[in-house]
Order: sequence, then structure tokens, then C-alpha cells
Amino acid sequence: MNKKWYAQPYILWSILFVVVPLLLVVYFGFTTKTADGSMVFSLENFQKFFTPAYLEVFLRSLWYAFISTVVCLLLGYPAAMVLSNRNLKSQGTMVLLLVIPMWMNLLLRTYAWLTLLENEGLINQFLRFIHVLGEGESIQFLYHDGAVVFGMVYNFLPFMILPIYSVMTKLDQSVVEAAEDLGANWWHVFRRVRLPLSIPGVMSGITMVFVPAVTTFAISAILGGNKVTLLGNLIERQFGQMNNWNFGSAISLVLMVIILLSMGFMSSYEKENEGGGLL
Amino acid sequence: MKPKRNIAGKVYLFLIFLFLYAPIIILIIYSFNESKFRTWSGFSFKWYIELFSDTKIMAALYNTILVAVVASLLSTVMGTLAAIGIHGMKKWPKRLIMDVTYLPVLNPDIVTGVSLMLLFVFLSIPTGRLTLILAHMSFCIPYVILSVLPKLKQMNPNIYHAALDLGATPMRAMWKVVLPEIMPGVITGLLMSFTLSIDDFIVSFFTTGPGVENLSILIYNAARKGVNPSINALSALMFVVIMCLLLIINKRTKTNVDIMF
Repeated sequence: MNKKWYAQPYILWSILFVVVPLLLVVYFGFTTKTADGSMVFSLENFQKFFTPAYLEVFLRSLWYAFISTVVCLLLGYPAAMVLSNRNLKSQGTMVLLLVIPMWMNLLLRTYAWLTLLENEGLINQFLRFIHVLGEGESIQFLYHDGAVVFGMVYNFLPFMILPIYSVMTKLDQSVVEAAEDLGANWWHVFRRVRLPLSIPGVMSGITMVFVPAVTTFAISAILGGNKVTLLGNLIERQFGQMNNWNFGSAISLVLMVIILLSMGFMSSYEKENEGGGLL
Repeated sequence: MKPKRNIAGKVYLFLIFLFLYAPIIILIIYSFNESKFRTWSGFSFKWYIELFSDTKIMAALYNTILVAVVASLLSTVMGTLAAIGIHGMKKWPKRLIMDVTYLPVLNPDIVTGVSLMLLFVFLSIPTGRLTLILAHMSFCIPYVILSVLPKLKQMNPNIYHAALDLGATPMRAMWKVVLPEIMPGVITGLLMSFTLSIDDFIVSFFTTGPGVENLSILIYNAARKGVNPSINALSALMFVVIMCLLLIINKRTKTNVDIMF
């Protein structure tokens, strides 16, 4: 089919709405506004970013995203294993149940926890009811770091389970049977066969949790109040209240480079495993 | 599998689902609570009535649906055409354009949002519904392309040439032969665009203008002030709608979970 021109509108579109906007981010990131309003080239934004105050936010974002990725992996891997068990009845329904929260509005899912976690919320009421807490006492669940990490785990857990599940269902059962025939017990089959073969799923699960976790600003704003500042909040403030687009662009640029590099690394890892994993 | 391990597994799975659904179910139950506070004081549709008489929420609902319908339809048309074009390209231009296509998919949403905001300011397009639609199209089109391309690869290229040999004009062959073949991919792309658009918060947050809110932005602004019973009712409704949409998508792509993420 020689229908190349069908793609012409899209090529123009992607230049205008994908390439040019990213070039603008680069432009703003590498310039600063002078007193008379003109833009001059400078590395000031990046120097500013690597000062302790901002570096702390950066490291905190990475750290929280890391913790939530690890927790999601620990919770999600066994869940994916149970789900992929072929003896499980109504597997399709279970998978759908897992997919529904993924497609629900992130804001909505985060908001849903307020009813449970706030000081007058259901958990505190319950604890008072069973007299773990006295009258008028409450545990402060919201508006600190723990709440933000909790929110990330809750929101992104299905994104860890599903890719792992998907890889596990494609696992060639005859490989498992071969291992069993050769005398491997459950643990050996898991350690030497199932686990290594599920690594590509784990890798894409990690990416699907880590990337949104490191860039979120809604979870930290809703569950963390104004007390927890992450990279996302920092960027949002530069384009909002602070009105420093140059600095905001520079942070976005750093974020983008890190994410795209790690994605490239991850995908090359996945490709390596696709062919050679079995051998 | 030993039966004991099987039961432990099921219990574990149940706990995971409990964790995922508990807040949503409680939210839905409490949207029927008479009282504004967290104590249960009787069943009532009060907050639903209040929800539908709240002009601000209704405007946000209208914006969300309008943007989702327009953006997903336009994205599907452009994405499908693009996929047909890309499919016919030679190796290296194809790789280049696919790399650009993957950019909005892989890039963090916040970077996409910020970059588009800079573009709209740079071109001095007033931010509002129009910019929302353009921004949503820019992240929907790649998903349409990615769901149509596999269908084109599966298709037998000879049937298009056969149609031409039998005297069909290229236009007619495309419309009568190629399009029906790739239709499942087109529909999946459309539905995905629609759900992505309804769900989006970050990109919308950066590309909307003063006074134009969609539901995500409205919930964000309300949630920062704490629990609001009308928002509970709204959330309950949105949950039901998303669930129905997914049931439809699921029916269409029964064997293929991969397309869902």
C-alpha cells in the first residue's frame, strides 16, 4: 500500500504539538528572564535546582517513589501469582476487577480515602468505638509523608500487578512441567523458572509505578496537605504562584531526561530477556 | 497446587481487592447519607439532588464530556489515517515517526502538560476548552495509532490490491476493504481515547484557562478543602460510568488484557 500521505496531517500535528512544545521546555529551561523582560541564555535554573533546598525535594520524590514501588512489588507479585494460577475460577472477572480501579480517576481514588482517614473519619470513629482511642482523641493519618506514600501505593498497585500477571499467563507450562519432572520442588520451580521468566513483567510494573509516583502532585496535595512538597508540586508552583516558568521548565527537563533514560534502559533490558531468557 | 496454598492465595487476593475497593464502596455508601458529617443518619438522595442543581459541577461535567467526545473522535480519525500512512512507510521514516509517537506515551504527564501550556502561550491561543481539546488529542492519538497498527499488520495486504484489480478506486478500496478489517482496532482506540480523556487531570490542569474546569480539576480543588458530600455523589456516579465503559471495552477485547495499559 502506498498511502504515505495519509500520515501527513499527523506528521504536521506531532511536530506542532509534540516536538515544538518540548523544544519550548528546553528553551525556557536554558534561559532566564532579565529585568527588561528579554530572555538570555543561562544555566542559572539548573544551578538553582542543585542547591540543597531543591535537591532535598528531588531526593524526597525519588525516595517516596522508590518506597512505594518496593511496597507495590511486595504486595503485587504474590497477587499476580495467585491471579495467574490456572486453577483459579472466574479469572476474567478477577482481572477486570483489577483493571477497574486503574481506569478510575486518580483524583477520585485519592479523594475516597479522605472519608476514611480524616480526624473525624471512619477509622478514627471505629477506633473510638472499640475504645482503642478515648473520647475526642484521634490519630492523625492525613497530611504527612506516610499518607502520601500510602496514597501512592493504593493508586499504583494495580499497575504493578497487571503487567506481572500478563507475563505469568504467557509462561510456557511445559517448562514448569519439565522442571517438576526433573525433580524440582515448588520453591526450586519458583526460584529457577517462574521468577526469572517473570522479570520482564516486573520491569514494566516498576516503570508503571515509579514514573507516575515520582511526578505526582495531586496525591501529595490532597493527602499531604501543603506539608509535603514533591517534584510535581514544585513544578506546579513554578507555573502557578511563583510564576517562574524558566525554573519550572528546567525541573521538568531534568525529570524528563531521567525518566526517558530509565525507560530506555528498562526496555533494552526487556528486549534482552525476550529472546535469551529461556536459555 | 495444594489445596491449602490455594485457599491462602484466595484469601490474599480477597484482601488485595478489599484494600482496592473499600474506600470506593464506603464513598458510595456515604453519598446516600442524610447528614453532612461522617455519622450515618439515614438514607437520602439529598446530595444527588444537590449535585444536579450545582451549576459549577454541571458545567464541569459538560466540559468533561464535550472535551472527551470531540477529542476522542478527532483523535480516532487522525490516528487511524496516521496508522495507515505509517504502515506503508519505509523502515527509517517509520522508526522516526514511531519514536515521536511514543514520546507522549512515555513522557510523564506533567512534562506533557507543561510543554503544551508553553506552546499555547507562545502561540497566544487563549486557554480554555479549545486548548483542552488540543491537549487531550495530543496524548490520545498515539494510543489510537498503537491500537490500529497491529490490525494493519495482521491484515492480508493482497485484499487491498485485489480490490484495486477488480476496479475499485483507491478511496473505495480503503473505505470498503481496509477499514472494515481494522475496525476493531479503531473502536478500541476510540474507547481508550474517551476513557483517557475523561480520566485526565495533570495535562488538563496545565492547559485549561481561567473559569474552565473539568471534573478532575473540580475534584482536585474540592478535595484540598476536605470531604464534600456532593463530590461523594459525583464520585459514585463517575465510578458507575467508568465501570460500564470498561465492561464494554472488556467485551470487545476479551482475550487481550495488554491493550488496557
